[in-house]
Amino acid sequence: MATRHDTAAPPVKGGAAPGRPPVDAAAAEAAKKRARLSRRWQRDIRWSPYAFVSPFFLLFLAFGLFPLIYTGWASLHTVELTAPTDMEWVGLRNYTRIFDDEFFWNAARNTLTIGIISTVPQLLMAMGLAHILNYKLRGSTFYRVVMLAPYATSIAAASLVFVLLFGRDYGMINWALDLVGIDAIDWQNDKWYSQIAVSSIIIWRWTGYNALIYLAAMQAIPQDLYESAALDGASRWQQFIHVTLPSLRPTILFTVVVSTIGASQVFGEPLLFDANKGASGGSQHQFQTLGLYLYEQGWVNQHLGRASAIAWAMFLILIVIGIVNSVISRRLRASS
Amino acid sequence: MRARTLPQSQLRSSRGTATTRRKAVVLTAVVSLGMGLLAGCADDGGDESGSSSGGGEGKTVITLGLFGTQGFKEAGLYAEYEKLNPDIKIQENVVERNENYYPALVNHLTTNSGLQDIQAVEVGNIAEVVETQASKLMDLSKVEGVKASGWLDWKWKQATTKDGQTVGLGTDVGPMAICYRKDLFEKAGLPTDREEVGKLWAGSWDKLVEVGEDYKAKAPKDTTFLDSPGGLINAILSGESEKFYDASGKVIYKTNPAVKNAFDLTAKAAKDGLTGNQTQFQPAWDTTIANSKFAAISCPPWMLGYIKGKSQPDAAGKWDVAAAPKPGNWGGTFLAVPKSGKNSEEAAKLAAWLTAPEQQAKLFAKQGSFPSAPAAYDLPQVTDAKNDMTGDSPIGTIFAEAAKEIPAQVIGPKDQIVQQGLTDNGVILVTQGKSPAEAWKNAVKTIDNNLEK
Repeated sequence: MATRHDTAAPPVKGGAAPGRPPVDAAAAEAAKKRARLSRRWQRDIRWSPYAFVSPFFLLFLAFGLFPLIYTGWASLHTVELTAPTDMEWVGLRNYTRIFDDEFFWNAARNTLTIGIISTVPQLLMAMGLAHILNYKLRGSTFYRVVMLAPYATSIAAASLVFVLLFGRDYGMINWALDLVGIDAIDWQNDKWYSQIAVSSIIIWRWTGYNALIYLAAMQAIPQDLYESAALDGASRWQQFIHVTLPSLRPTILFTVVVSTIGASQVFGEPLLFDANKGASGGSQHQFQTLGLYLYEQGWVNQHLGRASAIAWAMFLILIVIGIVNSVISRRLRASS
Repeated sequence: MRARTLPQSQLRSSRGTATTRRKAVVLTAVVSLGMGLLAGCADDGGDESGSSSGGGEGKTVITLGLFGTQGFKEAGLYAEYEKLNPDIKIQENVVERNENYYPALVNHLTTNSGLQDIQAVEVGNIAEVVETQASKLMDLSKVEGVKASGWLDWKWKQATTKDGQTVGLGTDVGPMAICYRKDLFEKAGLPTDREEVGKLWAGSWDKLVEVGEDYKAKAPKDTTFLDSPGGLINAILSGESEKFYDASGKVIYKTNPAVKNAFDLTAKAAKDGLTGNQTQFQPAWDTTIANSKFAAISCPPWMLGYIKGKSQPDAAGKWDVAAAPKPGNWGGTFLAVPKSGKNSEEAAKLAAWLTAPEQQAKLFAKQGSFPSAPAAYDLPQVTDAKNDMTGDSPIGTIFAEAAKEIPAQVIGPKDQIVQQGLTDNGVILVTQGKSPAEAWKNAVKTIDNNLEK
């Protein structure tokens, strides 16, 4: 900062020559002008970075912070979508009732189980795929593009196709199971099967994305590590365990955090998995996630106050998860 | 920092003002773009009515906000109105599903922005609109040429507030009948003539379920009597004068014997395997239509169109329509005119014209939406109406008979939520092995949680 002043106003060479009064006035004028300009430059240097970053912050204010605060305010009231300005103060009631709202806890449990069922296999598969793709393969670009294709597909399109695949009476998966002698599975109405079905949509969409992230990290591992491991007689598997995995630790942590956040916000897949039943997530709420429950309360049942409280509860849960995550990762870092 | 700023500032000292000016321009551009983005979000739809002078070359533009397939345009009604009124230009803005259309409409009404000149309202939402949004909507009973007697009495009342303001004019109604497969009925040893079939269950839904037992005894393989439990309970409830709310607006669905009876009867039919185990309008349900898996379905006129869309070609002419045990209504729409519209007077005139008997009859001929104006029932478009699925049956007359008998029903703001709870979180569970009592409990739990503010 201290250096800015002189760098912003450099002395102009060949300036006013002293001794000639008329020119002197002109020189003074010029000096004044320079001073003015230099002040402007100072201001420019000082403030324009803020202007450049301002679009993000303006948008964040309008679409991030304001809704957050407004939601918090609304959550302390009974508000209906039919009259959003008609607020009736109820204090923390919308929060206290969450404690004995069995639908909320059911949704929380579903979010957790769907999160586990979808995230764990997804990351393991992504790791395996990345490992395979890391070998010299013919047409590797092709495989990479193919892996990313599900990620580029819209949730709506993917979910609708999966709904047809998982159909109870005319679905392709049950047809295939029938060929090998397994009875038809009610993919939409059975609790665990429906959660597996919903998770499979998530796994299908995100495995390739995570695999590419792992692949990028794997390619950054120096080749000599593998060479020296090979010289020491390490097998491929041992190389993977002792060289690849430790080098990937920060990347794995990153994907775990991102997947956890994603899993806690799962919405589109369960909504569309049973489109005609609105947002109840199945006839017995068997695959209703927190995001879906929030949507149901706010937009189907039109209780904005309750929905806002659920949104804040979700936010708090996310913060707790974030803290746990960072504690674990700090421990891991300390132990390594 | 220094290394970076030094060359730049030297550069600037030679052509300083030009650069600062350019910078200022860029800055202004960024800021104004950002503001524009914000402003753009703030008044979506607002400029649509603003374009009334520009887009229509001096004509008054009337916009309609619709959902689903109302079919005004397809039936050529806009073109006809524009011909009759050369300074009017009509534009429509259609959202496919009412579930997406209605929350946005409520939002627009409460914030008084983004509204079209005319907005459609589904019958499932009309009570809520009447109760909570009437102050934002024009009283259409005052529009020239509009008379209460022009509509079916119950249809008119549904859109009228307690103090007599009519916020919506009825377009179509859904008088309910029972559509049945003549071939399947014959195989099961039941009569096939529509008069005789109607007599089998006239007056009572219990009798219809008994006919179902008869059908099951000799049913062709892999077919059920009815399509789904949801369709049955919906049909039974549609004919009750009170279902989920009483006249004072109190929620009574839990204690109303009519609702419990409808639930129990449907649960019994589902338990005995008289209904399919599908949820209506899901892809798997569509497949049961295509594969002729059921013999009868409660059906308003628009359902025939749906059946036609999902059937194999060889099913044409195999259906017929008999009177339902009790007349009821399923579906229908209203046109409302927001007060805040720039052309609300003209819009009200258009709404009245679109819902006049002649136009309703034209709409029926083209789209199958059944008129809510009794005067239309004597027009040839209705009396001569035929449907591919039902061959020569005079469906217009059959549905008109049903429409005249429909009782005035008390409808409440959250009817849809209660109804959905009873079907999708209730009777369907019986087909999945739950007992009727468990299903009722699950439905009540869901509904109560959804109703609680």
